[in-house]
Formats: sequence, structure tokens, C-alpha cells
Amino acid sequence: MTWVSVVIHGMLLGGVYALLASGLSLMFGVMRIINLAHGSLALVGAYMALLLTEHLHISTYLSLAVVLPGALIVGYLLQRTMLERSLRAGQLVPLLTTFGLLIVIANLLQRFFSPDVHSLDAGRIGPASWQVSSSLTIGWFDVLTFGLAFAVLGGLQVVLKYTQLGRELRATAEDPDTAELVGVNARAVYARATAIAVATAALAGVFYGIRSGFDPNAGANELLYAFEAVVIGGIGSLWGTLGGGIVLGVAQSVGAQINTEYFALAGHVVFLVVLVLRSMRQAGALRLLRGKVA
Amino acid sequence: MIEHAHPAATVPGFRVERWTWLSMAFSGGLAGLVVLLAFAPLLVGANTQTNLIQLFFLVIMAMMWNALAGYGGLVSVGQQGFIGIGAYAAVFLCVQHPLNPYVSMFLGALIGGAIAIPVALVVLWLKNGAFAIATWVVAEAFAILVSLDPNPAIGGGTGTSALLPFNFRYTPDQRLHYTYWAALGAVAVLLLLLFVLLRSRLGASLQAIRDDEEAAASVGVRVLLGKGILFVIAGAGSAAAGAIILAWQLSIQPLGPDSIFGINWTAKMIFMVLVGGLGTFEGPIIGAVVLYVLQTYVSNGGVWYFVMLGGIAIGFALLAPRGIWGTIQERFNVQLLPVGYRLRTGGGR
Repeated sequence: MTWVSVVIHGMLLGGVYALLASGLSLMFGVMRIINLAHGSLALVGAYMALLLTEHLHISTYLSLAVVLPGALIVGYLLQRTMLERSLRAGQLVPLLTTFGLLIVIANLLQRFFSPDVHSLDAGRIGPASWQVSSSLTIGWFDVLTFGLAFAVLGGLQVVLKYTQLGRELRATAEDPDTAELVGVNARAVYARATAIAVATAALAGVFYGIRSGFDPNAGANELLYAFEAVVIGGIGSLWGTLGGGIVLGVAQSVGAQINTEYFALAGHVVFLVVLVLRSMRQAGALRLLRGKVA
Repeated sequence: MIEHAHPAATVPGFRVERWTWLSMAFSGGLAGLVVLLAFAPLLVGANTQTNLIQLFFLVIMAMMWNALAGYGGLVSVGQQGFIGIGAYAAVFLCVQHPLNPYVSMFLGALIGGAIAIPVALVVLWLKNGAFAIATWVVAEAFAILVSLDPNPAIGGGTGTSALLPFNFRYTPDQRLHYTYWAALGAVAVLLLLLFVLLRSRLGASLQAIRDDEEAAASVGVRVLLGKGILFVIAGAGSAAAGAIILAWQLSIQPLGPDSIFGINWTAKMIFMVLVGGLGTFEGPIIGAVVLYVLQTYVSNGGVWYFVMLGGIAIGFALLAPRGIWGTIQERFNVQLLPVGYRLRTGGGR
């Protein structure tokens, strides 16, 4: 029975990772770049919420009213100032600049917020839980987070499928030059995609920060977990990302049940096993191809 | 780079050259410098030697990262995993099985190369950003595994020290001299290895891979093999740097951005290569000297130091992607260590 509880908690944890991963996945889908500073931007969202709750004495959820619009603006400016230039310089440069940003953010956070672990207040919903059976309790906050992840992924899906912005995003993802020919402003589309991605990152960062403590270097783990969720779920599929997040969450939860120190390691191992299986499949395909070339 | 032009091909008005008087003089000068540096322990004080050891492992790291990114198009953010493995393998061998510390360091580098083989099989299928993050995950997994090892030679999360095995055999002065020579030797061997490798047929195919992977594959270049060789060399070289760091600072920890498995090493590598010149042979050496000067005269460690490293790296990536040496090369058309061929016009033979 405890194992059922472990798996269910892992699945709910997966919601946070799916939320973190959605922006990463969106940017990769539209621009073919992986933003290595994605986790750090999520973390900045959490620290901004911390600042607001501490100084204005408002609830963490209310602080989102400021944090999310702020994140949209940051994302837009980030694209216009740094990423756009990086994209033009080839495939490797965006990795180098976003890695530089990751280092800058981690150290600035350390400078202004100290290296200590902080956490965000969950509010009245924090301690509330639902006793299902003697060994299974489900926290309302966990359910809220999972529901939010579901809503964000679903919302992104709807936007991509049915709105003008979504059509422009998909067209630009497919072929930016042709999209320009039919009147899409690819630069503006990229900037909007990054703005949305950074906003989802900040939202995820706040919920991650309520769930578990964070320090200035937590952005690295948030990036790795988000990316693992994307890869396990299969790159390019938003619902796959939710599935990937759930698998990752369950793996970590089961790992931690065996030994608390196996939490992160179990997730990394599952991710690497998925990679090995994929590469074996690709190796098979490659052997066929090589036969043709040679 | 001109892969298929035979150096002796003669077209009126053009000639293809590899060695020039300048590059011959410089290569000879560099060899002379290495010999001269080998005598440094007899000439300079302990402080200078300690600083030079630091410069040497920075040069190794920059060369290895540049070999991956500049020649293989592989942006790794996980070389710290191999740095950590090199250091921990060395400390394990000299504490647990009382091997000579310097033999342990050498074996640590080889173990790093050996572990890079299975890692390469997993990560080399991935492209660009996916490759980058996968290498980081591997490095994190190594760090966690080491931190969970309760063996007293490893020390779990609190770390370990190689002080006893070194002190058992050597006086502090001897340790300094031998570590200095080991570091210099590692720089010289790895520099020569990369130089020979990049001038070989493999070097030409590697640069073809970097410029256009699909086109290279279509003319028969074995893309994965080329990348795999680079990855294994970079694994061994990074592990060698880690082993030298162990002998230099003696105690190591596995967790945190400043540890032996820390992401800050990658920040330094990217800084050095971008500042020096990505994809040039000479660039990483220049970048290492720049970082060394910054560390020695401006700031070493601390929050602002890393903000500065990250900021300067972003600036170079956006505004001067060829780095210091690439820019000089472009303007004056010089190559001091000849790894490619150059086309000269007008001089016809």
C-alpha cells in the first residue's frame, strides 16, 4: 500500500516537471534551440515571488499577478536582445549564450539573496489534504499543481491549434523563410514564443519553490528535470511531455522511497536508460543506411 | 579547409602551403618554450610554480573543450564529470591501493578515457542542445554516485584528501616539482596528440563534420567514429586535468558548483575557448592565459568573478564569435601552429 502512495505522489510530482518542461519544449519546437537558462529563469520567477511576498506581505499566488507579466516582458526582451542574435550565428551559439546566462543568473541570485535555501509559502491550501485510506493522503496543493500543468499544456495545445498566433508559430517552426513569404513576421513570432516560454517557466518556478526549497543553484536541477521530462516523453509532443514528467516523478519518488539520497539519481538513470534504448533503435536504422552508402 | 586538394597540386597562380616560415619558427619556439618551462622548478619560486600548474590545467581543459566544440561541433556542458572522475580515480588508487600518486594520476586519466567510451555510445546520437544537457546529466549522475560511496578513500558527500599518500612518499617541495612536471608533461603530450590528430586524415574529416555533418557523411566520412575519438580524447584529457587539480589542491568534494564535479569548470572552459577563439588551435591557449591573468590579478572565485566570466563569454559569442585568435587570423592570415592548409594567390610556382 505504501508503494501505491509512492507512485501516486510521484505522478503528482510529475506535474511540476511537465510545467517546467512545457516552455523548454515550446522553444525547441519553434526555434530548434534548447535554452540552457530555462531552469534559471524559472528560479528567477521564484525569487521574484519571494521578494513580493516578503515585502508586500501578499500571498504567493497573488504575487503571480506581477511575476507572470514581468516574465512575459523578460522573455520578449531576452529574445530581442540576446537570442535573436545568437540564432543568426548558427546552432551552437544559442547554447553558449544561454549557458553564460545560466552562470550569470546563478551568481547574481547568490549575491542578492545569499546562498541559503528559501521556500515559498503555500498559503492555506498547503497543509490541506485528502485522506484516501490509512496509508494514502493526497495534498490539495499537489493536485492543484498537477491540474495547473494539465491546464497549461492543454492551453498551449489549444493556442497552437486554433489561434492565429498558433498558426504563425507552427508555420514559423516548419519553415521561417516560407512563413515570411506569406506575411508572417518570424522575429515577432519568435519573441512571442520566448515570452510565453519564460512566463510558463516562472509559473513553474513558483510552484516548484512552494513544493521544495530552492537555492541560487537550483536552476540547474530544474533545467535537467525539465529536459528529462521532454526527452522521456518524446520531443515535440506536449502531452508526451506530461507523460515524461510523470515517469520522471515516479522514478524519483520510488528512488527516494528506497533511499532518500537516490531521489535525483533514479530520475537521471531512467532518463539515460531511455536514451540508450533510443540510440539502440537508431543504431539499427543507421546500420541499414550505412549499407546503402558504403 | 581544403580536404581533397593534394598539397602538391599545381594550378598556375595558386599554391597550397602548410608550413610557412612563421609557423615553423613559432612551432620551434613553442617546443623550446616547453623545454625552458621544464627547467622552471630550478629557477623560480614555489608560488610561481603553483600558479603555473594552474595555468597548465586550464590550458588542458580549454584544449579539450575546444577539441569537442571547435572541431566536432559538440557543445559539452558535462566535462566536469570527467574532471571529477580523473581526480577521484587517482585519489582512490593512491589511498585504497597504495599506488604511487603520480602513477595513480596517470591511470586516472586513462580511466577517464575508458569511461568516455560507453558515455559516447549513449550521448553522441544527440544533437546540439540535447547532447549538451545529456552530458550534464551524466556528470551529475557520476557526482551523485561518488557522493553516495561510503568507502573511506572516497569519503561520500564530504569529500576526501590525497594529503597522506603524497606526504608518505614526498616532501612538499618534491610534490610541487613533480606535480609541475606532470602538468607540463600532460600539456605537451595532449598538445602534440591533438596537433598530429588534426593534421591527419581524421582531422580533415572532423572539420568536414563540424562544417556540415550531412555533407560529410555523404562523401563517406564516418561521422560517429570521428566524434567518438574526440569524445574519448576529451574524456581522458579532462580526467588528466582533474588528476592534476587533485595533486594541486589535495582535497576534493563531489557536490556543488564549485566542487571537482562542479559546473563552474564548464563555465571556465567556455570562457577560455570563446575568448581565445573557438575552432582555432592556438585560441584555447590564449584563452587560458587570459583567464589565468584575470584570476591572478583581478579576482579568483566569488560571485562577481563568475558573473564576469558568464558576461564576457556572452559578449564574445555575440560580438566576436571568432575570439581573439580567430580575429587576428582573419585580419593577418597567419597560422602559427599549422593544422590546416592555406591557399596562396599570386605567388605561383
